[in-house]
Amino acid sequence: MHKYYLNHLQELESEAIFVIREVVAQFDRPAILFSGGKDSIVVTHLAKKAFWPAKIPMPLIHIDTGHNFPETMDFRDNLVEALGVQLIVGSVEESLRKGRVKEETGLNASRNALQITTLLDTIEEHKIDAAIGGARRDEEKARAKERFFSHRDDFGQWDPKNQRPELWNIFNGRKHQGEHFRVFPISNWTEMDVWNYIMQQNIQIPSLYFAHEREVVYRDNTWLPASEFLTLREGEAVEKRIIRFRTLGDITITGGIESEANTLEKIVNEVSAVRSTERGNRGDDKRSETAMEDRKKLGYF
Amino acid sequence: MELLRFTTAGSVDDGKSTLIGRLLYDSKSIFEDQLAAVQLSSERKGLQHVDLSLLTDGLRAEREQGITIDVAYRYFATPKRKFIIADTPGHIQYTRNMVTGASTANLALILVDARKGIVEQTCRHSFIASLLQIPHLIVCVNKMDLVDYSEEVFNKLVEEYTEFASKLDVTDIRYIPISALNGDNVVNHSTNMPWYQGATLLNTLETIHIASDYNHIDGRFPVQTIIRPHSDEYHDYRGYAGRIAGGIFRPGDAVTVLPSGLQSKIKSIDTFEGPVEEAFPPMSVSITLENDIDISRGDMIVKQNNQPQVGQDIDMMMCWLNNKPMQPGAKYYLRHTSREARSVIKEVVYKMDINSLQRVSNDNTINMNDIARVRLRTTQPIMFDAYRKNRNTGSLVLVDEATNETVAAGMIVDSHVN
Ligand SMILES: Nc1nc2c(ncn2[C@@H]2O[C@H](COP(=O)(O)OP(=O)(O)O)[C@@H](O)[C@H]2O)c(=O)[nH]1
Repeated sequence: MHKYYLNHLQELESEAIFVIREVVAQFDRPAILFSGGKDSIVVTHLAKKAFWPAKIPMPLIHIDTGHNFPETMDFRDNLVEALGVQLIVGSVEESLRKGRVKEETGLNASRNALQITTLLDTIEEHKIDAAIGGARRDEEKARAKERFFSHRDDFGQWDPKNQRPELWNIFNGRKHQGEHFRVFPISNWTEMDVWNYIMQQNIQIPSLYFAHEREVVYRDNTWLPASEFLTLREGEAVEKRIIRFRTLGDITITGGIESEANTLEKIVNEVSAVRSTERGNRGDDKRSETAMEDRKKLGYF
Repeated sequence: MELLRFTTAGSVDDGKSTLIGRLLYDSKSIFEDQLAAVQLSSERKGLQHVDLSLLTDGLRAEREQGITIDVAYRYFATPKRKFIIADTPGHIQYTRNMVTGASTANLALILVDARKGIVEQTCRHSFIASLLQIPHLIVCVNKMDLVDYSEEVFNKLVEEYTEFASKLDVTDIRYIPISALNGDNVVNHSTNMPWYQGATLLNTLETIHIASDYNHIDGRFPVQTIIRPHSDEYHDYRGYAGRIAGGIFRPGDAVTVLPSGLQSKIKSIDTFEGPVEEAFPPMSVSITLENDIDISRGDMIVKQNNQPQVGQDIDMMMCWLNNKPMQPGAKYYLRHTSREARSVIKEVVYKMDINSLQRVSNDNTINMNDIARVRLRTTQPIMFDAYRKNRNTGSLVLVDEATNETVAAGMIVDSHVN
């Protein structure tokens, strides 16, 4: 074997660090979109490495739907303190109060769509010109064509027909007043890569990812956590199960899977064996085959 | 485990989507719910079998038109390697997408329909692979099932392609007879073609030697940003952050900073994990120097005994990527490594007819998908190498000053070479 080569995780890490540094070099007011999920945790970890021994030179943005897992909030606050970075919180509750958005009603109501408005308002209020996110191209069909530097018009919208070609490692962050970019440093990572990296780097993640006993309700082929926001439907009952979550989001629509995986090793083994994509347990993508694309156009993460 | 990036090209209906679907499927990279969705779509379309090509179908507009119109990235892994596929459409108008996909690829997969043989598009795709200096090329002769798995047909195609390829600048070309639909020689050896003794496609992808694809000779370090912690512990720390674009750097190396020409020595090469003794492409590191000299983004740290060209006149092969044709005499932002300058296209030396590989003179109109040799003048010097020598320091893009769109890709050529 050649002496001068990087293994795939090292190469992906190096690529992501390059992209994050490029953002800080090209933009005036970048920020990291921090959801509390493993992907944004990995991005934050990469940002820490990219600027060491300096602190991460940009704030974290958290869009608070008001429907959070308490574990996620604790985790967020501890991380922000450890890193010594600024935290900007955009609140969906506040958008509701201000009448910027209206609560969804009906069977599949969630605040996922409402986040878009809050996110765009937060970006505008803080004049953020580049928001770094943890989306990956392997997550969903519509994302397979996403760029590292994804241009958004001054309404925050994504136009799939009008994205700039990206060649080599040259990223074009030029923009007009009012426009901004979403940047995805871990575009080329798969779910397996993320888990392997978390394990290799020993990155702390919220306890929700590990198998734990929880009160849940079985709905739409998944275990929804019982919470004050969940209304039981006819025939449904709250049960105790050993579950874990593969993605974290709004507590009202994030379903868990039954699992015994309570260590990173076990999770990696489970992920490599399980044959269903992780978003499969998120209610919002099931609505239509092109649901993700539609929301992206509106400015979703 | 190494990472291999490859791009796929073929004319419409040569079986590219089926082949990618097959690779994903046979390497168990397809998830149950994805497969279920594709099964459902196949049924809805009234198909007898599961159409694996649906797996790689992208955005809605494309689904409606039934063709892929942009570069889509796919991922799969085997125990030996992780793969990134830049899936680019074979459609005539989309040279620009193939150029984009090819720019980061170690390898190009070119599909040929065994019944049709080498067609204009095969030549065009091969030319682009060679222009973009993709180090390895695999020609997959597909639909062998439709020519009775004939060795003769295969050999004739290999001969034909080999002759054509002698005009190209690619050294490593391999040929594999396959049936993407049935899976022959894709992952498993075909019992239908006992005459083929070579490796299967997947095996070739897993074992092809790619570690030497980077330039390990010419030390090049474009500075991305400066790291200054201003903390008590690292009060005077000044690190130059960037990704090694060529060569191998070590502490103690005598270096020159361009374009200023100031000289120093490398004090340390730092990463979060601690200092390293050697840094090589494509590592992201931060370098500290013995002397306090003025360095900013866009500068390049190079070895004193091996320097790139520094200049304002650039000769390059260019692919035009934008709907709006090139405006003669117009100025464009030029992005090269971490540097930006303004530039003007001085001269179109010739245009390339990529079907015949002939040069066309006296034609200055450059439209989307055109490939041309041009001369450029920049407002500030840039530090570059020929693209042939180094894909990182030999590549650039042009950006429209009004729309900010990326309008052209350039591959720098040595000005004394034709
Ligand atoms: N008989 C046969 N048909 C194939 C083979 N590969 C692809 N096809 C068919 O050729 C057609 C075009 O394939 P597709 O993958 O969509 O081509 P693309 O346009 O290059 O992506 C489809 O009907 C496939 O089923 C093959 O190896 N043998």
